[in-house]
Amino acid sequence: MTARERIAGNVAGYVDDRTGAAKWMKKNLTKVFPDHWSFLLGEICLYSFVILLLSGTFLTFWFDPSMKEVVYDGSYEPLKGLEMSAAYASTLDISFEVRGGLLMRQIHHWAALIFMVGIVVHLLRVYFTGAFRKPREFNWIIGVGLLTLGIVEGFLGYSLPDDLLSGTGIRIAEAIIQALPVVGSYLAFFAFGGAFPGEAFIPRIYTVHVLLLPGIFLALITVHLMLVWYQKHTQFPGPGRTEKNVVGYPLMPVYMAKAGGFFFIVFGVTAFLGAVASINPIWLYGPYTPGQISAGSQPDWYMGWLDGLVRMAPPLETHAFGYTISWNILIPGLILPGIMFTGLALYPFIESWATGDKREHHLLDRPRNAPNRTAIGAMALTFTLVSLLNGGNDIIATTFDLTINQMMWFSRIGVIVLPPIAFVVTKRLCLSLQRADRDLVLHGRETGRLVRMPSGEFVEVHEPISPEKAWLLTSHEQLAPLELPEHDSAGVRRPGAIKNKIRNRISRANAVAVPKATATERRELEGHH
Amino acid sequence: MSNEIELIKDPGLPAHVHRQADIDPVAAARAERQVAILFILSALGTLLLIFSYFFISEETFIFIPVLGQTNAHQLGLGMGMAIALFCIGAGLIHWAKTLMPDEEVVAQRHEFRSEDEDRSDFVKTVKEGAASAGLGRRPLIKRTLGAALGLSALSPLILLRDLGPLPGDELSKTSWKAGTRLVTDPGDRPLRPEDLEVGAVAQTLPELPAGEDHRSLADIGKDAVLLIRLRPEEFNLDAERLSWTHEGIIAFSKICSHMGCAVALYEQQTKHLLCPCHQSTFDVTRAAKVIFGPAARPLPQLAITVDAEGYLVAQAPFNEPVGPSFWERSS
Repeated sequence: MTARERIAGNVAGYVDDRTGAAKWMKKNLTKVFPDHWSFLLGEICLYSFVILLLSGTFLTFWFDPSMKEVVYDGSYEPLKGLEMSAAYASTLDISFEVRGGLLMRQIHHWAALIFMVGIVVHLLRVYFTGAFRKPREFNWIIGVGLLTLGIVEGFLGYSLPDDLLSGTGIRIAEAIIQALPVVGSYLAFFAFGGAFPGEAFIPRIYTVHVLLLPGIFLALITVHLMLVWYQKHTQFPGPGRTEKNVVGYPLMPVYMAKAGGFFFIVFGVTAFLGAVASINPIWLYGPYTPGQISAGSQPDWYMGWLDGLVRMAPPLETHAFGYTISWNILIPGLILPGIMFTGLALYPFIESWATGDKREHHLLDRPRNAPNRTAIGAMALTFTLVSLLNGGNDIIATTFDLTINQMMWFSRIGVIVLPPIAFVVTKRLCLSLQRADRDLVLHGRETGRLVRMPSGEFVEVHEPISPEKAWLLTSHEQLAPLELPEHDSAGVRRPGAIKNKIRNRISRANAVAVPKATATERRELEGHH
Repeated sequence: MSNEIELIKDPGLPAHVHRQADIDPVAAARAERQVAILFILSALGTLLLIFSYFFISEETFIFIPVLGQTNAHQLGLGMGMAIALFCIGAGLIHWAKTLMPDEEVVAQRHEFRSEDEDRSDFVKTVKEGAASAGLGRRPLIKRTLGAALGLSALSPLILLRDLGPLPGDELSKTSWKAGTRLVTDPGDRPLRPEDLEVGAVAQTLPELPAGEDHRSLADIGKDAVLLIRLRPEEFNLDAERLSWTHEGIIAFSKICSHMGCAVALYEQQTKHLLCPCHQSTFDVTRAAKVIFGPAARPLPQLAITVDAEGYLVAQAPFNEPVGPSFWERSS
C-alpha cells in the first residue's frame, strides 16, 4: 500500500466511522446513467445556475442597490455630470472602472439567457418524450415552478441597473399590478413605497433577486436532482432497454468526467459570449426617467411572449359604477399566463386522466408515437411563438419593411388561427411518420438499386432493416381507447355519464395510431415475395 | 391484441464494439497526448487572462475581423477565461470518451411502491400517533389551535403594512394647476407660442414653485406633457377641446394611458403619436383618440393658454387622472 493510499484510506475511514457513508457511496458511485444528448439540457440549466451564482456574487461586491440620486463622475464621458441613481452609476462603474467587471456582467446576463433557454428546451424534451409520466409528476411540477421563478428572477435581474430600458420594464410591471381589481393601487403603492418609481423598489427587488429567489432555486433544484437520482433517469427505447432496467455508464468515473467536463464547457462558452458578444450595454440607454423612452424597447426573450400578448390585446376597458377594469392588461398580463402555466403544471394529470394509464413509465416515447400529446405541444408552442414574435413586432417591422399594423394584425389573427392548424398538421405528420416506420419494418429499406426482372419489369431492391432497428420501431405500446360505460345495463344514463363521455372522446383521439408492424405480418409478406 | 399475432422481438443489447484506443496502445497514447494538450491550452488561457489583467491597458483597441474595433483588455480577459475553462472541459470529456471504460452497464430499477404491509403499518402509526395526541377527543384544543394558527398568519400581513403609504388620491392628481407655466425638459425655460414652429414638438414639465429646484421622478412620471403645434385648421375637435388649445398648440400627457410608458414617437406626416412599448397609436388632430393598439383611452389633454407675459400656461389641472388605469378610476 502506498503512502497516498494509506492516507486516503484513513480519511475515508474517519468519515465512515462518523457517518456510515461508505455503504451509500459504494452503491451510488457505480450508479448507472443512460446516455443521450438531450439529457444534457437539464445539465446546462444546472451549470448556468452555478455560473449565475458565481458571477452574481462578484457583481454584488460593487453594485449599489440604491435609487438615491448621484451625479456621475466616472470615465464614461457621454454621461458625465448627469444625475442618476446610485444603482445605475455603480453599474457603469462595474462596466468601466472594475477590471473584468464588464466581462462578469456580460457572463451573468448571458448565463441567465442560457439558463432560461435551457429550462425551456429541457421542458420541451421532457414533454415531447413523455418523461413527465408516473412516477415523475412531482419533478414536472417542480420544473414548471423553476421556469416561472426563472422568468421572475431574470426580469428582476435586468431591472436592477435602473437604466432607461429596464426602468420602462418596471413601469409596465407597475401598471400590471395597478390594474388588479380592488387591491391594485394599494399593492402598487406598497410594492413601490409610494408613487412610481419612488426610491424603494430597486433595493427591495435586490434582496429578492440575490437572496430570496436564489435560496428557493437552490432548494427546488436540490429536490429536483434528488428525485432524478432516486427515481433513476428515464431512457430512450432500444434493444436491451426495458421498463425494468437502466442501461448506461457508471457515475464513477465516466459520468463524473463527462458531467464535470460539461460544466467547464458551458462555463467556457458563456465566458466566450461574455468576451465577444455585447449584451445589455446599459451605458447606451442612459439613466431612467419616466418622461423618456427609447424606440424599440424590448424585454429579454423569456418575457417577450408576455409583452407580445399585451401588445396584441384589444383595447378593452370596462367603466362601471365609478370603477375601472382594464381587460387590455388583465387578460394578456395575468389571465392568459395564469391559464398557460396552470395547464402546463397539470398536464401529466390531465393526460393520465384521459388515457386511464396509471402505470409507471421509464422508457421514453418517441414523439410520433404519441400524436395527440405531440400535437398539443406543437399547438402550445405555436401560441407562444406567435406571442413572442409579436413581442418584437416593432423590430421585425423595421427589419423587414412591414408596418407595425400588419405585424399586429398577423399576430392577432395568427394567435387564434395558427395553433389549431399546428395541432392538425402535427398530428397528421406523426401518423405519417408512424406509417413510414411500419413500411420500413415490413418492406425494408429502399436501397436505390434497380433490378430488371426476367419478365422485363423493373423493381427496386429493398433491404431488410436490422433486428435492432426493427425492435426500436415497434417496441412502443399502442393503447386501446377507454370504453367507459355511459349507460347502465338497463340503457339508462349513469351518473357521471358526461364525464365518461368526455374521457372516452379524448381517449379515442389519443389512441388514433397506425398499427405497428408485427412479426406475423412480416412473415406473411415474406411468403408473398 | 389476440394471441396469434407475434410481435417483433427484442434482440437484446448489441455486442460491444471496442474503440481504437482499447485495442491499439498507439491510439491510446495519442488520446492521452491530446487530453494533455487540451489541459496545457487551458493553462495558457489562464496566463492570457493574467497578462491581459495586468499588462493590457483598458484604453487599447485592436481591430478584429467580424468584431471590428475591440477593447483588447476586455477581449483578452474574456478569451483567456473562455479558453481556460473550455479546454478543461474538452480535455475531461475527451479523456472520458477515449480512455475511460465505455462498456454499457445494465442496472435494475427498483419499485417505488412500499410493501402493502409497510403501507398499512404507516397508516396505523399515523392513526395511533393522532389518537395518542388526542386530537379527535379534544375538539377544543383542535379548534383553538386552528384559530390561533389562522390568526398568526395575519401578523406578516400587518407587519408588511408599512411597505408604503396608502394611495389616497395620489394617482389622480398632478402638479399642474391653473396658471402653471410650461417649461422645457431639460432646461426649465418657459415657452412662448412663437418658440414652437408649426410641426414642432416639445417635451415640457410644470414650472417648479419658487424656492424648489428639484423634481422627483414620481412627479415627472405624472407631469410630463408633450406640446405639439399644428395649423389650427388641422384640428378635428369639439368646441371645448378646441378652446383647450392655443394658436394650434395642443398639450397631452406624455404618460401612456395604457401602461404608463412615455409616448415619445411623433410622426409629423400623419400627426400620430406612437407609444414604443406596445404601439398604441393616438391621433393628435382628434384629441389623441386611440386609433391602434391596446390602449383603451385617449391621452389626457391639458388645457393651455398664455399668461399676461405671453408664456404658455395651463388653463386648469388635468380633468382626469393621467397614466395607466386603476380600479378606483371613474372614467
